[in-house]
Amino acid sequence: MSNRASYTEFHPRWYRRPISTWWWLGKWTYLAFILRELSSIFVAWFVIFMLLLVRAIGQGDAEYQRFLDRVDHPLVVLLNLVALAFVIFHMVTWFHLTPQAMVVRVGGRRVRPRLIAASQYIAWLVVSVFVLWLLVGG
Amino acid sequence: MANTIVLQVARYRPEVETEPVMQDYDVPLRDDWSILDGLNHVKDQLDGTLSYRWSCRMGICGSCGMTVNGEPKLTCATFLTDYAPGPVRVEPLQNFPVIRDLVVELGDFMRKLPQVNPWLVREEELPVSHGEYLQTPDEVDEYKQFSMCINCMLCYAACPVYGLDPEFMGPAAIALAQRYNLDSRDQGSPERLEVMIEPEGLWGCTFVGECTRVCPKDVDPAGAIQRYKLTAATTTLKRLVFPRGAR
Repeated sequence: MSNRASYTEFHPRWYRRPISTWWWLGKWTYLAFILRELSSIFVAWFVIFMLLLVRAIGQGDAEYQRFLDRVDHPLVVLLNLVALAFVIFHMVTWFHLTPQAMVVRVGGRRVRPRLIAASQYIAWLVVSVFVLWLLVGG
Repeated sequence: MANTIVLQVARYRPEVETEPVMQDYDVPLRDDWSILDGLNHVKDQLDGTLSYRWSCRMGICGSCGMTVNGEPKLTCATFLTDYAPGPVRVEPLQNFPVIRDLVVELGDFMRKLPQVNPWLVREEELPVSHGEYLQTPDEVDEYKQFSMCINCMLCYAACPVYGLDPEFMGPAAIALAQRYNLDSRDQGSPERLEVMIEPEGLWGCTFVGECTRVCPKDVDPAGAIQRYKLTAATTTLKRLVFPRGAR
């Protein structure tokens, strides 16, 4: 019995399973979870970039042009593309989350979750077309 | 088709092993046998030393949750034929310490559950002469789905946030809090919110959604948590805007 010091009948020795470093590769939902955590860095970059852009615009044409020249670098473009992908990923997550977070009732009946999600995608489309019109046609 | 299937069962006997080992058992493959029936066959006929929890065999008691081929499952509601020709790997639930073989330690949940007051809280109890607290069918429908929870812990086993941070309140406890919040007879939601707005409460959830996917009773804990977050956020905002009148 002497080699069983850590185990007694009334206080069993629990086994705590170690979590593998790569546990998040096992399932898409787990990978998505880790990607969302990681994306915070890129989303933070996206916000800083936008603030710097607005600041440059506020300081006049010359400063705005200088800002555009400075960020016109393949690495910055690549970084912005990754940040855009992550922001879109967050947006889609948010669109899927909304119907679960909100219970909308019209005429006493609960609006179907798919309809709430669809309305957001439609709003996204409308806003995107408007922005495109501003950039290209306006 | 072979008429037996191999169950690969995780064994952990703390007086013998320092970590779990797998042991194979041949069990009859019958159409109407669940994984739990297979385990009961092992216990009765092959190896009486195997330890696991079970009770009702009909998805009500929530005792027989285990990891089957890597997925959290109620073993009474999971059939051997779905895994033919096998083998079927049966392990204890993830994210909980293992006491012995397939038995896990649930004390953490048992300590968390009462923190959310999972019962009807009244500011003032009406006298018995008043009769029952009546509800319309619509009022029952508001919370009924969340009341189906059987505390089987599959959602905790599937939740990576709970796995990484055991302080997290977890899906079932939050869904049960929401079950009472949505009950027209209850008045305890402000007290529950105080617990839930702590860092290890609601906000640990990042909407992975696995809890809802594995739930054998279609409770949708992920949905409950997201709804609760919206309530928590609007209440906090109201308190900020109307510091005196929000409650």
